Parts: sequence; C-alpha cells; structure tokens
Amino acid sequence: MPRYSAFAIAREAFRQHKGWGEAWKSPEPRDHYDVVIVGAGGHGLATAYYLGHRFGIRNVAVIEKGWLGGGNTGRNTTIIRSNYLQDPSAAIYEKSRALYETLSQQLNYNIMFSPRGVMMLAQTEHEKRGYLRTERANALQGVDTRFISPAEVKKLVPIINLDGPRYPVLGALWQARAGTARHDAVAWGYARACSDMGMHVIEQCAVTGVESAGGEVTAVNTTKGTIGCKKLGIVVAGHSGALADMAGFRLPVESVALQALVSEPIKPCMDVVVMANTVHGYMSQSDKGEMVIGGGADGFNNYTQRGSWHHVEETVRALVETFPMISRLKMLRQWGGIVDMTGDRSPIISKTPLGNCFINCGWGTGGFKATPGSGWAMAELMAKGHSPLTDAFTLSRFREGRFIDESVAAGVAH
Amino acid sequence: MLLLTCPCCGVTAEETEFAPGGEAHLKRFGPGSADEDYESYMFNRKNPRGVHFERWRHAYGCGKWFLAARDTVMLEVFGTYPAQTTEPPAEIVEKIKARRPDWEGYA
Repeated sequence: MPRYSAFAIAREAFRQHKGWGEAWKSPEPRDHYDVVIVGAGGHGLATAYYLGHRFGIRNVAVIEKGWLGGGNTGRNTTIIRSNYLQDPSAAIYEKSRALYETLSQQLNYNIMFSPRGVMMLAQTEHEKRGYLRTERANALQGVDTRFISPAEVKKLVPIINLDGPRYPVLGALWQARAGTARHDAVAWGYARACSDMGMHVIEQCAVTGVESAGGEVTAVNTTKGTIGCKKLGIVVAGHSGALADMAGFRLPVESVALQALVSEPIKPCMDVVVMANTVHGYMSQSDKGEMVIGGGADGFNNYTQRGSWHHVEETVRALVETFPMISRLKMLRQWGGIVDMTGDRSPIISKTPLGNCFINCGWGTGGFKATPGSGWAMAELMAKGHSPLTDAFTLSRFREGRFIDESVAAGVAH
Repeated sequence: MLLLTCPCCGVTAEETEFAPGGEAHLKRFGPGSADEDYESYMFNRKNPRGVHFERWRHAYGCGKWFLAARDTVMLEVFGTYPAQTTEPPAEIVEKIKARRPDWEGYA
C-alpha cells in the first residue's frame, strides 16, 4: 500500500487524488488461519497488529460482525490517561499511553494524538484524599501525575467555576501527558497496517459457534462459513458473554450501556480534558469545536446501543454547575455503547477453560485509552502463553480473590 | 425510560424511582461451599442478550425489593413479581413465551 506522506499528498494533488487506493483489503475468508481474532474493534485489530509486528505471526484473520470499529471504538469520548491506583492497571495503561505517543509514526496513519492533559477534579474532601493517594502511587509506578491547587485548575481551565453550589473544586489530579486521539483513526490505522502485513480483515461476518476437539479450539462457525484456526482470540467487549457461551464457559461480566453526547461546535474555549467524577460528568473540546461530554453508565443490564434521557439530564446538569458558560449550548448528537463490566472494574486478558482460546474483555467504561497496550499484551499472551502485563488480569483471579479493585480508584467515569 | 410497577405497593413509576439490583434467583453459596460455587455465586452472571430476570428496589417509594422480567435488547418489561420466589412464576413465563416464541425458557 502507498505510504502516506506530505510528498504523497502533493503527488496525488496533481492527479485528482485517484491513486490512493483502499486503505485495507476486504478479502473472502480462507479455510484456515494460524490465529483468528473475533472482533475488529481497536483492541482486536491492535492484537492482530502486534502478533504480526512483534512475533511474526501473519497468517491471521480478524472477523467482525458489523463494520470495522463500529462498536465501542467509535462510541467513546477518546480520552487517554494512565493515572490508575493499582500497579497492574498503571502498568498496562501507561504502556498504552506511551505507545499512543508514537502510534501515528508507527502505523504511518495520523491518529491525531493530542497530549493536551487530563484533569480529574477533586470536589469532596474524600475525593481529594483519594487523588493525593493516587498521586503518590503514580510516583512509585513511574506515571507522571501531580495534584494541583484550585488556582492552577483555574489557570488551565479559565471557563471553570471553582465555587460551584454543591461541589466546589478543591484541586485536581493532573496528568500532563494524557490527552485524546481520533478514535476511528486508531482502528483504521491498525486495520491498514494489518492488511499491509497480509492479514485478512473480514467485515460483515458474524460468529455463530465455536468448534473444539479434545478440549482445544479448532474452528469458528461464521455467517461466511467455517474458519479453522490454531488459536482463537475473543475481543468483543459488550458481547463477550455471548461468545463465551458459544465457547462453553461463563464470564464474570455484565453488559450495560454507557453514553456520551456532543454539543454544537464553538470557538476554542478549553484545551484540556476535565473529568468530574463526583458529579458524573467529563468534558473535552474536539478539534471540530464540539464539546464532547460523557457521563455515568446505566445500572441495569442493557444491550441497546443508545442512552437514556435522565442520564443526559444528570450529566449536563452537573457540568453546567461546573462550566456555567455551556448552559445555553445546544446538543447535537447523543449515543450509547455496550460496555462489559467486571466485578472489580478491571479487564480480563486471559487464557480460558477452552484450550488455545484467549479472551480480552471487561474493559468496562475505559477501553479506548488501553487500545495499544491491550493489543500489545494480548498478542504476547497469545504468542507466548504468558505476558508480564496480563499476569494479574486472569479469569481465575475472581476465584482466587486477587481483585484489582479500580472501581474506587478510577471513579465511575473513565 | 423504563416503566416499572412495584408489586409490593402497586405504584407504577419511571425507572428513576427504582434502583437496579442485578440478576435475580441467584442461589447463595456461603462459607464451606466449593470455590467454584462461591465464585459463580459472587461473580458469574448469565448476562443474556434477551430475556433477563433481575432484582429492583423501589428506592424512592415503599423501599421494598421485588423482581422483574425484562428484555435487555428491546427493554420490554414483561412483568414484575414479589421477591419471595426461587424461580419466575408461571404467569410471567407464559407472558414471555407469548411475546418471545423462540425464548429458550428459564433454566
């Protein structure tokens, strides 16, 4: 495939942009692959990419029920940060954030990574104490975060109201190297790089069953026929339960809807990401000028990829208190995604009871930021049967009581 | 927005008046049980794409727990019933079968 560069743009400008070609091929599936990955979202494609890039495993198919990156990859609020409390979380999220820094160059695809900084507001004394603890933990983990004063918050975010009626701002946990990226581009960039390595990215191909022999996976049944595989990776987020059911095991996962919305575009007014976890709202401004707003998740099991009105109201009400200037903004779009929540709010990247079948799920409300790190670790797990980044995230940790408790550390909003 | 009827006080209200409480009819495994059973009781959930039996609490009403049968894809509520049961009552099952002929049944 042609390399993207400034020179390429100039060259194509002289021939009416007819030479670009497809970014990735859409082949028909072969009968057998070394590795089949189910789910062509960011995590699935990243897994395939690092299998090829790091371990030379290129006889790989990534199969997808819908279209590429059409699930949670295209439905999140694009925030990238790594200020987690527990060591295993900090390790994988920091790896991910570091990979994002050079991902555009690595993939030769502009993912528009913007390390604009993420600020998590402390609006109660308890939250302040919690973030001070996280700051110390991050210092030990080598993650660059700092607890900043209300005055520093105001300097970074002039539109903020520090003296809100319910929850005044008492400070914030600031990660300067965190930021945002273009979420679709992450999936597209990985897909293009995978296709370039000769891997097959097969869209519109739903899995209907998993075949096994002697306790090991042998093939997946799909709407495009049976595809044999030596190893199978299930990377399907909210629909993990259904796939696990086909593979014959159960997961400690429940699916709920998480939603977000964007306002009409306005002039640049805020160049950092602000998260207010006490009041369940977070906001950033996209490159187009829209205010991107996210809120809390539904409490009940839900497979509808849409949000509910009262969550919008709750989120927006909280943000209007913190940012009075947005009170008259019109909201343009609102959408929901299905997130897979585990009991301890940490992901599962693990072998499964079925031999040579691996699962990567349970990212809950914070999967986008982990995309490269998740793929990096999952690929290592699938290739070598073991990865230092995934050791703590096993499926068996629930039985053994080795939880990675992030529901308190990270708040509800991710 | 879900509309739920509390079988305890008979009030029909929007979901904001209720608090969801997860999967219903879990069999409790306490101290002395096998690790697998305890893990399953604590963490493993059916999480079906379709008919789901779940617990709700009438948090801003009578405060009582009750159970509901609901579709997780269409958000249709088939009915609510008292919490003092170990499996869905026959009339709820009939109602679900009438609305979802291909439903596999409660197991």
